[in-house]
Amino acid sequence: MTAKRILGRAVMVALLVLGALVILLPFFWMLSLSLKPADEIFAPGIDFLPSRPEWRNYAKAFQEIQLFQFLKNGAIVCGAILFFQILFAVPCAYALAHRRFLARGAIFGLVIAGLLVPYHVTAIPVFLGLAQAGLLNTYSALVIPFVASVFGIFLFRQFFASLSTDLIDAARIDGLSETAIVWRIAFPLAWPAASAFAVFSVVAHWNDLFWPLIAVSDPNLATPPRGILYFRDEEAGSDFGPLMAAATVITAPLVLGFLLAQRKFIQGITASGLKG
Amino acid sequence: MIELENLGKSFGETRALSGVSLTMAEGSFTSLLGPSGCGKSTTLRLIAGLDRPTTGRIRIAGRDVTGLTAAERNIAMVFQSYALYPHMTVRQNINLPLAMRNMTRVERLPVLDRLLPSARRKMADHAARVREVARLLEIDALLERKPAELSGGQKQRVAVGRALVRDPIAFLFDEPLSNLDAKLRIQMRGEIVDLHRRTGRTFVYVTHDQAEAMSMSDRIAVFMAGEIRQVATPRELFERPASREVAAFVGDRPINLIDVAATGAALPPPFDGFAIAGPALPPRVTLGIRPETLDLVPEGPLAGRVGLIEYLGSEAMVTFHLSGAGAEDVTLRAALDAGHGLPAEGDAVSLALDAAAAHLFDADTGRRLDARLVARDGAAAAGSGLRSLP
Repeated sequence: MTAKRILGRAVMVALLVLGALVILLPFFWMLSLSLKPADEIFAPGIDFLPSRPEWRNYAKAFQEIQLFQFLKNGAIVCGAILFFQILFAVPCAYALAHRRFLARGAIFGLVIAGLLVPYHVTAIPVFLGLAQAGLLNTYSALVIPFVASVFGIFLFRQFFASLSTDLIDAARIDGLSETAIVWRIAFPLAWPAASAFAVFSVVAHWNDLFWPLIAVSDPNLATPPRGILYFRDEEAGSDFGPLMAAATVITAPLVLGFLLAQRKFIQGITASGLKG
Repeated sequence: MIELENLGKSFGETRALSGVSLTMAEGSFTSLLGPSGCGKSTTLRLIAGLDRPTTGRIRIAGRDVTGLTAAERNIAMVFQSYALYPHMTVRQNINLPLAMRNMTRVERLPVLDRLLPSARRKMADHAARVREVARLLEIDALLERKPAELSGGQKQRVAVGRALVRDPIAFLFDEPLSNLDAKLRIQMRGEIVDLHRRTGRTFVYVTHDQAEAMSMSDRIAVFMAGEIRQVATPRELFERPASREVAAFVGDRPINLIDVAATGAALPPPFDGFAIAGPALPPRVTLGIRPETLDLVPEGPLAGRVGLIEYLGSEAMVTFHLSGAGAEDVTLRAALDAGHGLPAEGDAVSLALDAAAAHLFDADTGRRLDARLVARDGAAAAGSGLRSLP
């Protein structure tokens, strides 16, 4: 019996390790390439570790392209998108969860339908609209298409629906306007939902390549994934060492951020689950 | 003073409330009593301004408030779930209504509230007021805690504090004690009555617990099926219930309701020892006999056998199956004083009832009849024999 259990556990751990390896291998490969000298990168065999760490790749990454500028752009764009998404999604979600109005069900249905539409579908009309408005090649072009997040509305509305109506009524009696209820009562209580949403939003927009590739051509506005493409299609061919170094640098903030916030993130989610 | 005039409320097709008219005098304590789903909470929400009536008007202190929002009416409400803001400390919970009421939008902004002289002055005033209320309710030691760290009774006090702090015109309570255990509930009853005396404000109290309504309020409005069935003082409600339903709802122990066919003033067996004195009687009459008006008497007018005995300490609820012609299915429950010894199950006994305390209702409409139950000559001993048990 015990032997059986140990065997079962061993199989499980082995499968998990295998899964982790599959997920981590590209990252490891990126890290390894970013430290390899140019001649080793194209060596015929597979060496997981560089013979000696080549730090010049990192120096080159920062010198040859404006990596700092790209990181800054990424932070500005992701920050602005998140700010406006929350600014718009939270009141919408509150209205859908706690106000009675005509066609509320139909509107919520539209929100759910909106979840099914990938944003690539609307990319061309949005692009044409921005071109008409003369906003291409600006930060606005990177931010505006994403300020209304149906996913955010859906997520917050589900959370607000779990808040007791008594709480909202008590706030109304205490003299809070509907706007004050949204920002003073509902939003602070939605902290777990907000942090989960922030993770999804930042990851999606930090890593997005599709839209920056279409909306901006000015290198000074490039977001990190757009930026590292400048290592490609140069006349001399792709310079993979610095490219991988740059890729490592732009991945690092997300990984570090998640590792630091991980405990809080999980705490937040479990705490809200217990209270609910 | 709160005046409700012909209030009606429908949710889509469903009529939750109709024709509710009620005047609550300044400084009175009125309970809205009724079973769940009877419209009492709906009425309270209409008074609070959380819902709009479909028909009718509401006046508070002479002002028509039907179209005003909850905040504009300056009334306070305590909820069954307490509805404290979970992310705020007790101090912030009590302070919030003051800040929302007295400070401008600019003065409430996060940094400006510490910089603007007017905001600082108001905040100092509010802090003093919060302390005063907290001392009054004996929660001053809890001010820095979050609601999750409080017991049910403490949360209740904080909820009352939040209502009290801005000196509202009226206090509304929506079943505030239902979530507390029995002992604490009785203690909090006393505290709410005490609060009513101290503030002198109009209190409106919604409950489904008739004991709460009877013990706390000076007037009770009984709601059933979305209508007011009776408005009376607790004593009047108990002694002269307007209908069979009200009689069934009021009183600690359920009343015995027995339908009999009356021929003129005479009653058929087993109640042939009694007659009805009063004008034109309907063909079928419901007798309402409270368990505490029945007693064991040798040679009493009602004969029966003892059924189930529920022993409750100082008293016992005893079920009697009446015997004799026409009494096959008639059972009466009596509250007997347990101190004098109780009969055993199966004993054949005889009972007397206090005829003057019996209620008479029209069996078809359920309305109270303007008639009295009297003992007939042969059974004259019944009424007087009641209190002189061996």
